[in-house]
Amino acid sequence: MTSLDIRGAAPAADPIGRRTSVRRPAAGGLAGYLFVSGYVVLLLAFGVFPTGYAAYLALTNDRGQFTGLGQFVKVVQDFRFLPAFGDIVVYLVLWLVLLVVLSVGAAVILRGRMRPGLSATLRFLFYVPGALAGIASVLVWLFMLDPSVSPVGWLISAAGFGNFAAVLAPGNLPVILVLIAFWAGAGGWMVVMYGALNNIPDEVIEAARIDGAGPWRTAWSVQIPMIKKWIAYMTILAFAAGTQIFVEPQLLQTASLGRVSPTWSPNQLAYLYAFQKGDFNGAAAISIFLLVLGLACAGVLVTRSGLFTVDDNE
Amino acid sequence: MKSLASGWTGASQRRLGRAGLAVVAAALLAALAGCASAEQTTEASNDAFKPVTQDASSTITVWADSTRLDAVKAYQSSHPQAKLNVVTYDGGADGSTYLQTKVQLFDRTGSGWPDVVFAPPVDLTWASRPTTPGKVPFAAPLDGLVDQKLLDGFATGSLAPCQFNGHTYCMRNDLAQVVLWYNKKLMDKFGYTVPTTWEQYEALGEKVASEHPGYFIGSVGDTNAHESYFWASQCPAFNLVKDSTLRVALQDPKCTRMATLLDKLIANKSVSTEAFFSAGYAKEHGSKTLMAFGPSWYGQYLFNNAFKVPAGEIAASNPLSWEGESQTFTGNVGGGTWVVSSHSKNLKAATDLVTWLTTSNDYQSGAPTYPAYSPAAEAWLKNPANSDYFADDITPAFTTAAGQVWTGWSNVKFSDQTAWSSVVLPALTEGKTLTETLPAWQQAISDEAKSDGYTVVNQ
Repeated sequence: MTSLDIRGAAPAADPIGRRTSVRRPAAGGLAGYLFVSGYVVLLLAFGVFPTGYAAYLALTNDRGQFTGLGQFVKVVQDFRFLPAFGDIVVYLVLWLVLLVVLSVGAAVILRGRMRPGLSATLRFLFYVPGALAGIASVLVWLFMLDPSVSPVGWLISAAGFGNFAAVLAPGNLPVILVLIAFWAGAGGWMVVMYGALNNIPDEVIEAARIDGAGPWRTAWSVQIPMIKKWIAYMTILAFAAGTQIFVEPQLLQTASLGRVSPTWSPNQLAYLYAFQKGDFNGAAAISIFLLVLGLACAGVLVTRSGLFTVDDNE
Repeated sequence: MKSLASGWTGASQRRLGRAGLAVVAAALLAALAGCASAEQTTEASNDAFKPVTQDASSTITVWADSTRLDAVKAYQSSHPQAKLNVVTYDGGADGSTYLQTKVQLFDRTGSGWPDVVFAPPVDLTWASRPTTPGKVPFAAPLDGLVDQKLLDGFATGSLAPCQFNGHTYCMRNDLAQVVLWYNKKLMDKFGYTVPTTWEQYEALGEKVASEHPGYFIGSVGDTNAHESYFWASQCPAFNLVKDSTLRVALQDPKCTRMATLLDKLIANKSVSTEAFFSAGYAKEHGSKTLMAFGPSWYGQYLFNNAFKVPAGEIAASNPLSWEGESQTFTGNVGGGTWVVSSHSKNLKAATDLVTWLTTSNDYQSGAPTYPAYSPAAEAWLKNPANSDYFADDITPAFTTAAGQVWTGWSNVKFSDQTAWSSVVLPALTEGKTLTETLPAWQQAISDEAKSDGYTVVNQ
């Protein structure tokens, strides 16, 4: 008996509330609307309205005339458009693979293979860099990566990078940005994944052990499938944040004395359109491209992982 | 899955599908065939400048970089009645577009403009025109506000970046003419003579490489190094032929001669590809810098502040010439301007401040950089505080170079540094030669120029 019937175990793993299969009342009454109203107002003001405004700008020109897809065609033809999207594709692939593999892996190890005290300390330590704001973490890395001031300068020099300019060669940028993103963001996700693993009842793990599954088998065939939704959730958020990367390359651009392209990411290109060319319409068109990209990725992940499926009627 | 359509026949569903497709196709066609142009409006307004309602008692807001902060403070202490609100900002250093970004936003919100700003010349290319149609250009024309006699007193050509459509939109604070800096103590010790031509400079580079390896006679690694070398070589990299036609011809012999010369010196390691202003260079090689072909502010800001070379060692010499050319030209690296906002409620106070900052000997004779206003420049050179640090009199080199800045390197709407620092410098760091990189550099400049509405000529 090597394979485990995951589907059989799944309902038992669901959080409290669903397990007792309480049916939701058909209507929530006024209280429900009242509770969400605060969020809805903010969502409309800072989410939906700006998106609508961006869509309006992207379809018009600076004289307010309807341009159809003209703005989109214009920005795609910009010589910086494809390189910028190429940059974030490489970055996203590296970042998402590393994030999913390492944060889930670390959470599994912290959950099952470590004494509770040590595990708690490590989770805290992993989380600490995430408490720094994005800009502060970039500054930390600027010092870490400049061989003339870095505490590990000898290591960077030994790796063949004689000076800061060599470290910031265009080919190294995705790796550097992934390092920064991982250092600042992965710790928080490890804690979340750890929490997700905590939701799996001990009986399930116990049953797996009795059936002869070792730690790796348990992780691969029981724990990871059972936190699939959390992984999808993390991927959606990390993807959205990744496509919008701005602060990190922007700061590197200044700190590297201009050796990093000022339009490395699409968001920087949109920024250049809006605030240097004064072309808010073109900038809006680029932001719509990013929105569509983010929605498409989220759509695929949501439908594939069943993230929004409600288990009420099981 | 039950739906409202469940009672319909298959045929009507298909018909509906076809109708839907037709609607989508029609919408797409309409969208594509559409409609107005997506290009930005570029019409220049020729309307005469109309000041806003003036209030002589209002406080004026001044944006200055940290270097110029003392100047504004000096004005405040000599004019205690002036009401100033001073804000420090990056002053456009390293191609920053902070001012442009903010003005774009102020133009949209209709308020918030500073009254007076310190800005690099490149900012005048947008500040003298409306940011969007119907807006008032940010910079106020100063020719009606400032005495013409004062404007005539500026060094020849130094107000060129301020001028557009027959008006003068800024007053130049300082000149940044490029001279040949050298460490006199080291040159004497090694027994070298200071070169006067590029051919001698090249020969000296070969000599240094073999006799004193580890010493440098220049660097191409800074974001503005091309403004020293290629500008002085009269390379048509940013040459405005007409108002909107830009000549970017990097295969011109005047570009390739400089690329070939530098490639040789980079290869023998007498010219560095690391930036003078990087932390690494100052630490490792600052005291081993024999020469630097760079702007007039290198003396204080590079040798004194960054490299910490002791006083009495550094001297300046005339810009280098090419053998067989009767006229010598040099480059220019920066040099700020003062701009008055056309939205200012107190133009009188703003203009008074700008005039004092650029032309008053009280301040300019002790200014950190070489004044563009000629009478102030004379006073500056006579001030011992400006020359004490140097081994020799810098007056001949500075005054000669001030009149030799080549005018074929135009002030264009985009920073001339972006392509150089993000395309050429990484390639040099990778070990490519300048000659190999010229086509990529030309392409990058041309692309940028085209996206800013220039017609580009590559011949």
